[in-house]
Amino acid sequence: MSSTTNPSTQHTSTIGAIGAPSRRNTELALLVFAVVIPVFAYANVGLALDDQVPAGLLSYGLGLGLMAGLGHLAVRKFAPYADPLLLPLATLLNGIGLVAIWRLDQSEKLQASRTFVEAAPRQLMYSAIGVALFVAVLFFLKDHRVLQRYTYISMAGALVLLLLPLVPGIGHNVFGARIWIKIPGLGTLQPGEFAKIVLAVFFAGYLMVKRDALALASRRFLGLYLPRGRDLGPIIVVWIISILILVFETDLGTSLLFFGMFVIMLYVATERTSWIVFGLLMSAVGAVGVASFESHIQTRVQAWLDPMREFELSRAGVQDGIVHSEQAMQALWAFGSGGTLGSGWGQGHSDLIGFAANSDFILATFGEELGLAGVMALLLLYALIVERGVRTALAARDPFGKLLAIGLSGAFALQVFVVAGGVMGLIPLTGMTMPFLAYGGSSVIANWALIGILLRISDTARRPAPAPVSNPDAEMTQVVRP
Amino acid sequence: MSELTLTVMRLGFLAVLWLFVIVAVQVIRSDLFGTRVTQRGARREAAGRQQATRQAPPQQRQQSGGRRGGRNTPTKLVVTEGTLTGTTVALQGQTITLGRAHDSTIVLDDDYASSRHARIYPDRDGQWIVEDLGSTNGTYLDRTRLTTPTPISLGAPIRIGKTVIELRK
Repeated sequence: MSSTTNPSTQHTSTIGAIGAPSRRNTELALLVFAVVIPVFAYANVGLALDDQVPAGLLSYGLGLGLMAGLGHLAVRKFAPYADPLLLPLATLLNGIGLVAIWRLDQSEKLQASRTFVEAAPRQLMYSAIGVALFVAVLFFLKDHRVLQRYTYISMAGALVLLLLPLVPGIGHNVFGARIWIKIPGLGTLQPGEFAKIVLAVFFAGYLMVKRDALALASRRFLGLYLPRGRDLGPIIVVWIISILILVFETDLGTSLLFFGMFVIMLYVATERTSWIVFGLLMSAVGAVGVASFESHIQTRVQAWLDPMREFELSRAGVQDGIVHSEQAMQALWAFGSGGTLGSGWGQGHSDLIGFAANSDFILATFGEELGLAGVMALLLLYALIVERGVRTALAARDPFGKLLAIGLSGAFALQVFVVAGGVMGLIPLTGMTMPFLAYGGSSVIANWALIGILLRISDTARRPAPAPVSNPDAEMTQVVRP
Repeated sequence: MSELTLTVMRLGFLAVLWLFVIVAVQVIRSDLFGTRVTQRGARREAAGRQQATRQAPPQQRQQSGGRRGGRNTPTKLVVTEGTLTGTTVALQGQTITLGRAHDSTIVLDDDYASSRHARIYPDRDGQWIVEDLGSTNGTYLDRTRLTTPTPISLGAPIRIGKTVIELRK
């Protein structure tokens, strides 16, 4: 992307995010819109369930509005040229997610379950913490290039975060996936969500330095560029790490996310298609290899291939050492009964999914109550966030910022794909949360931080270049004409 | 709550959700398509003409000499054919160089263009002149190959390789 110069000295038009006005007012208008929509949905749920506007409407609306307002003020103050869309999109998804979680809280079936807790107030609190972290990122991170200094520290940090759940004592095993850690007195935390951001910093810093070696020092063979062995090293290491995550934490989603993010960033840094071929081959080999001996993954694959059988086994109460779950089938039925326009807020039966209906499977609730039309709109909102991230990467002037923005938005896109694909039965189900929509503190907080970093990069990228110092010599030469 | 109200709310919610998506797409449309700078340049030009007497910064006053020629003075140069189609350059009294050299005002990405191919400049009366700078394949005004600096009339096509530019009001 070309940068723009001072308008008075600009003669050519260049294509790109040029001389972009700060667009903070656009953002404010969209934010108001993004707060009104969830409030409407909230009232709609109340009217559908109890024939009355829910009592918490005002406090909920105010809470969401306050968060959005704080976020907006922070952007106005600390990142005035940042992208106008990211904050409203995130606010809208977060708000709608809160409504869906509250709506599932009202379900009598879920209330009857042993593990029931009122999830909506907690999620509101997590969102508030997330927005606070978002503001903190904008305040403390004045320039994203600072992160470049911490390339290798981030690598170590990410590894520590990833390994924490394996440490006995603080690691916490929930339903077959060992991805939580327990902080005494504070609850549980999913360090993988934060590791996503930290790893993106490491990859960006590393690839920025090594990309020429990776791109140029290669032999051409059958139309593919084969990299040298020593350049292949890092990708092998990342691959092994993600396989280890898969084996020890049985977390298919996170491992796919990290490896996918690395391949995306490698491709962007080197412009070599061969890396994508290698990446796909390696992830296929890894997944098949692990699935052949890891029973937890095998169960997931079976539930993906034949959800109806799992449903029947679960109903029949077969005890064969494997946890059979009817969730996958119930989620598919929820999507099916939603049809094109959905049953309307509060009128679906997605609570039949039972456990994790408001976290991993929350998309099924949207599928049933808002239908295909609603889910498509939600996916478009995600796509817009990713598009703004990629756009930020295109507009960024420094390679580190470019790679970081691509990595973060790529990770975001992959996460949406892995979760949505899993719930809809396109790929085996993995234990990940839909960013912003799903119930889960770590996820919401980490994703707000991610949006904060993207806004910081886009602020740097879209900030008009300082006016060039006028050169008296240049003025003089204009006078002399033939 | 009656069935009808709920149906209306259900469809209404989907409508506002999609409205948000459409509004968001409208917001980003501006940097997907086109050259905003072009419009802004033209606007600035128009505003500049109105305010020429009121606030004329030294630079503009100097350039206003180029606009003395009357109503038919071109205000911009438009690329109408070639890879740069759609690019416009505001004419503010400065010399415009064309060629493959990176410091040209319009950098031509064209095998038939020389690195310093031609230039377009105003003479003392504000008439715009095109001059071939000894290019290999020549500069054409309408269909004649230029040999000397030639005044350009509004809308006359100037061809350099595959690129055609013209002056417009």
